[in-house]
Amino acid sequence: MSGFRLPSCGLIDRSRPLHFTFDGKRYQGFAGDSLASALLANGVDILGRSFKYHRPRGLFSAGVEEPNAMVTLRSSARTEPNCKAPMVELFEGLEAKSQNRWPSLGLDIMALNGLAGPLLSAGFYYKTFMGPTRKAWMFYEHFIRKAAGMGAGTQLRDPDRYEETNAFCDVLIAGAGPTGLMAALAAAQSGARIVLVDDQAEMGGSLRGTSLTVGEAAGDIWCRSALAVLSALPNVTLLPRTTVYGYYDDNTFGAVERVSDHLPVPPEATPRQRHWTIRAKQLVIAAGAIERPLIFAGNDTPGVMLADAIRIYVERYGVSPGQRIALFANNDGAYRTVAALAKAGVTVVAVVDPRPEIGAEARSVVEGCGAELLTGHVVTRARGGRRLAAIEVTPYDPANGVQDRLHRSIPVDCLAVSGGWTPTIHLASQASGPARWDEALAAFLPGEPTQPWQAAGACSGELSTAACLTAGIQAGAEAARACGFAPSPISVPAVGPEITCDAILPLWDARPAGGKGKAFVDLQHDVTASDVSLAHREGFRSVEHLKRYTTLGMATDQGKTSNMAGLALMAQERGLSIPEVGTTRFRPPYTPIALGALAGQARGAHFRPLRRTPMHDWHVAEGADMMEVGLWQRPRVYRRDGETVEQAYIREARQVRQSVGIVDVSTLGKIDVQGPDAAEFLNRVYSNGFLKLPEGKARYGLMLREDGFLWDDGTTWRLGEHRFLMTTTTANAAPVLAQLEFLLAAVWPEMKVAVTSVSDQWAAMAVSGPKARDLLAAVLDDIGMSNEAFPFMGVREGHLDGVPVLVARLSFSGELAYEVYAGAHSGEAVWRRIMAAGEAFDVVAYGLEALGTLRIEKGHVAGPELDGRTTAEDLGLGGMTSRRKDYIGSAMMDREGLVDDNRMKLVGLISRDGQPVRSGSHLIVPNGESPPRSLGHVTSSTYSPALEKYIALGLLEDGRNRIGEALVATYPLKGHNVDVEVVSSHFFDPEGSRMHV
Amino acid sequence: MLIPCPHCGPRDVGEFTYGGDATKERPDPGSAAAADWCDYVFQRENPRGPHLEYWHHAQGCRLWLKVRRDTATHRIEGAEIAGPWAGAEARESDSGEGQDVA
Repeated sequence: MSGFRLPSCGLIDRSRPLHFTFDGKRYQGFAGDSLASALLANGVDILGRSFKYHRPRGLFSAGVEEPNAMVTLRSSARTEPNCKAPMVELFEGLEAKSQNRWPSLGLDIMALNGLAGPLLSAGFYYKTFMGPTRKAWMFYEHFIRKAAGMGAGTQLRDPDRYEETNAFCDVLIAGAGPTGLMAALAAAQSGARIVLVDDQAEMGGSLRGTSLTVGEAAGDIWCRSALAVLSALPNVTLLPRTTVYGYYDDNTFGAVERVSDHLPVPPEATPRQRHWTIRAKQLVIAAGAIERPLIFAGNDTPGVMLADAIRIYVERYGVSPGQRIALFANNDGAYRTVAALAKAGVTVVAVVDPRPEIGAEARSVVEGCGAELLTGHVVTRARGGRRLAAIEVTPYDPANGVQDRLHRSIPVDCLAVSGGWTPTIHLASQASGPARWDEALAAFLPGEPTQPWQAAGACSGELSTAACLTAGIQAGAEAARACGFAPSPISVPAVGPEITCDAILPLWDARPAGGKGKAFVDLQHDVTASDVSLAHREGFRSVEHLKRYTTLGMATDQGKTSNMAGLALMAQERGLSIPEVGTTRFRPPYTPIALGALAGQARGAHFRPLRRTPMHDWHVAEGADMMEVGLWQRPRVYRRDGETVEQAYIREARQVRQSVGIVDVSTLGKIDVQGPDAAEFLNRVYSNGFLKLPEGKARYGLMLREDGFLWDDGTTWRLGEHRFLMTTTTANAAPVLAQLEFLLAAVWPEMKVAVTSVSDQWAAMAVSGPKARDLLAAVLDDIGMSNEAFPFMGVREGHLDGVPVLVARLSFSGELAYEVYAGAHSGEAVWRRIMAAGEAFDVVAYGLEALGTLRIEKGHVAGPELDGRTTAEDLGLGGMTSRRKDYIGSAMMDREGLVDDNRMKLVGLISRDGQPVRSGSHLIVPNGESPPRSLGHVTSSTYSPALEKYIALGLLEDGRNRIGEALVATYPLKGHNVDVEVVSSHFFDPEGSRMHV
Repeated sequence: MLIPCPHCGPRDVGEFTYGGDATKERPDPGSAAAADWCDYVFQRENPRGPHLEYWHHAQGCRLWLKVRRDTATHRIEGAEIAGPWAGAEARESDSGEGQDVA
C-alpha cells in the first residue's frame, strides 16, 4: 500500500466522491479520477497478472500506452475486457475486475511459470509442443491458450447501440494538447472549418494540471480559456473522448467517439460509441509523444512507472504513487517529475542518471528537494515481489558500460523511469514514406507525407511546451492557407520557465554483462531482453522476424512503450545503428476499437436491406411462411391449420394442375431495352435468335458468359419495334443490367440502345392451371383470351379493372399459364381482384416450394442448375445456342473441356424406395468401389404430386447415356442413402400438351 | 478513395464497382483466334503503378468510367466516361462535399 491521495493538488472534484469496486472490493474516488488514479489513491498495487509468466503487475503509465493495467469493466452483457485503467473515467458504481489470474489476483497459481522462466523463452511452446505431426500441438494448444491470455469477453448480445456519422472539414486536428489547441486557434480565426479531436474527456493534453504558466495564467487556466474561445466559434467542432484511429485514401479518417463509455449505461437515445468518417482537406497531427521505459532486471515490479505518468498522477489527479520515490532517467525532461513531487511534498530519495553531466535547471530541481543525485549511475535491478522495495544502483560510464561491482541498494517504493520520448508517428506513418531517424532525440520522426498532412509538436520531435505552441500556430495557419484561407498571424503565448527534454543519452539497456533476472522489453506480451538476444541467435534478425518470433509489439498496445527498445536491442546485437535495422510500419487502428463501432447500426435486421414485393402484406396477412431469398422476402408456402410445409406445397402444386394457382414473381429482374438497335443488341446478348421475334411475342432466351458457360435465362417480350422488356432470374437482376451497360459502353458504343432497370416498377404474378384462361377472361377488361387471339408466347397490353396491365402467355409450370404485370402500386389490388374472382375457379395462392415442385416436374432449370459450371449443352439446352451468329460466349463455348462427352449432364432422378432425395447428395454406383467415386450430385428435389413419388434433378457424368440405371444418392454427413433411378428430366407431360391448349 | 465521376463529381469509392483492366479490347468475333479470346477473357496484368481501369458508378449515374489509377498509391489521375457519352463535359460546381459539421 504505497500510493496515496495528496491533500490538495489535482483537477479532481473532492466534493463529489464516487464509489466503485475492483475485484468485488469497494473503493472511493472522486469525480475527475480515472480508474487508474483512483486505484492508485487507494493504495492498490497490483492491477493485473502478466500475459505469460503471470507476474504481478501494477500501473505503468497514464495513457493509451498502458501495457499492464488492463481490466474487465461492467458485467453480464456489458462486460468489456482489456480496458486500459488510465483511459477509464471513474463513474459511480463502476465495476472492474482484474484479468489473467486464478484463483485470485493476490495468489495466482500460474505465477509458477515464472520459476520455469528460462524454459518459457520465445518460441518455447512451438519448439516443445509441436511434434513431427500437428497432433501434439492440437492437443496442447487448448491448455497453452488458457494459461496465457487477456480478459474474456461475453457471449451475450451487446445491449447498446452504436452509430455512424460522416463529417467534412477543411482542417482536422488530431490531438488537443498545446500543439493541437494552438493549431486550432490559428486555423479557426481564418474561417476554415475545423474538427479538433482528442482521446481524453477534457482537452488540453499535457497542459491539464500543469504547473507551467502559459500567457498570463497557469497553463491549465490558459488551456480552458482557449477551449472556451474554440467552442464558441461556429466553424469549430470539438470531439473529446474520440480517437482518430486510421488514415485512409483521399484524406479520409476513421475515428471513434466514446459517447457513453464514461457512464454506467448509455442514456436514452444515446449511442454507446459513434464512428466518424471524416474527410478533411488537411490534417494536422498533434498526437504528442510517449515516454519510453529503460531495461533493467525487475523493471516490471509494481511501483516502477514512467516518470511523466507520475507527474500526471500528481499534478492532474492529486495522487502520489509512492512515499519514497526515486528517478532513473537519461534526459533532463524527466526532472519535471521530481519538481512536481517536491512541490507536492512527496519525498524523492534519489535521482539516478547515466549521464556524467545534467542540465543546470535539472540539477537545481534535485538540489532543491534534497534528493541524492547519482549522475554516472544506472539502476541495474528493482527488488521486491508484489511491490518495489529497493533499487540497486551501479556506476556507469559511456565508454565501459555498466559496472557490476560497486552496487548499492536504495530502499524506495516507487521508481520513475524515463528513457526519452517516442513521437507518436502512427497516424503519419499510415500516409508517409519511411520514418526519419533523429539522432539527437534517438527517435523516429514522421517520414515524407504521401497525403496532405503535417505533423507538429511532440510527434515531430518538439518536446518543450513553448516549441509546441509555436509549432501549433505554424501548422494550423499553414493548413488553413492550403485550404485557401488567409489566416492572420497570432502571437505565441509566453511560457514560464520549463525544463526541456534535450540532452538525452541514448541508453536503452542498463543490465550489467551476465546480469541475472528478467528484464522486460514488452511488458504486455512478457517479452524479455534475453528473448530478443535469443531471436538474434536463432536467426530471426530482421525487425519483421523479431516481431513475429518473440511477439514483441504484437499485444493490444501494439508496442507503444516497447518497440523502440526492441529495435535498439536488436541493433546492438547486430552491431548496426537503429535506423539501419529499421522499423515496422504502423497500421490502423491506433488503439483497439470495438467491432460494434465498426458495425454501427448494421446488425440484426439492419445488417442488409430487406426487399418486399408489392403483394407482401397480402402474403403475411394470409399467414404465408416468408423466407429470405437474397434480399427478398418471398412466401414459401401458405400453410393451413396443422399442415406441414411438405403437405402445404403438395396441396398447392396439386391444385395448380387441377384448377388454377397464382404465384408472386415480382422478384424477377426486369429490364427495359429500347432503341433502334435493341433487337440486334439482344441478338448479341442471347445465345438464341432475337432478330425475328415479332412484336407482341415473347421468347425464352439464354445468356452465356464470355467464357462460354451458361449464365442466366429469362423471357424477353417485344413490346414494339424498338422496345423490349427483358426478364432475368431474381439473383442476376443487378449483374445482368451491369453487364448490358458495360457492353453498351465498352464493347459496342456505336449501338443505339438504352437499358433501364424496371424491376421495382412492375408487380408480377403468374396465373397457371387449366382454368387460368377462364379466370383471366373473367377479370381482364379488353384482352381477347382465346387460343387464337392470344397464342402461346403472346404478349398483350390491356386493362384489369381499369388498371393497365401487360399479360404474357408463358409457362414455367407446364400448365396453361399467363404472367400478369401491373404497376407496382397496383400490384396488390390486381392480385386481390384475381384472388376474389378466382374463388369460382378454385384458385390457390402458391409459394416458392410449389413453384419449385412444378418446375422440377417439368425439368426446367433454375438457380441450382445454373451454378456457373454448367453449359447450355449440359442442361439439355444446346439447341438454343445458335451456330449462325456471334454472341457473348459463342467464341469460347466450344472449348475442348466444355464439349467433352463425359461432362455432367442434367438428368431426372426418381426415388425408388419412397424416401426423399436430399439436394446436395452425391450420386454413386450401388455396392461399387470403396470409397465410392462421385458421379455427380443432386441439384433440386421435391415430392411430385403428379407422379406421386419423390423426384429430383441432378447433374450426372455422361448422364444421358445412363437413363434407366440404378444409383444411390448418398449424403454421408446425415447418413442418408436413397436408391434412385436415372430418368429423363422431363418427368411430366414431356410433349407440353397442357400449356398449348 | 474518391473517384472523380465526370457526371456526378467526386464520389466515394463505395458507390462504384470495379470492372477490371480497361486496356483489353474484345476480339473481333469474325477473325479472332482462340488465343486472342483466351487473352481477353483470362489474362490480366497486375501492374504496380499506373493502371487504366473500368469502374461502374453503380450507385450513382450508372455510367461506366475509364479511370487512370496508380495501384501503389491509389492516386487517381483522371476519369472519363466510356461509351457513347465519352468526352461529355464534366459537371461543374460540385465539390463532392457534404454538409458542414461545424
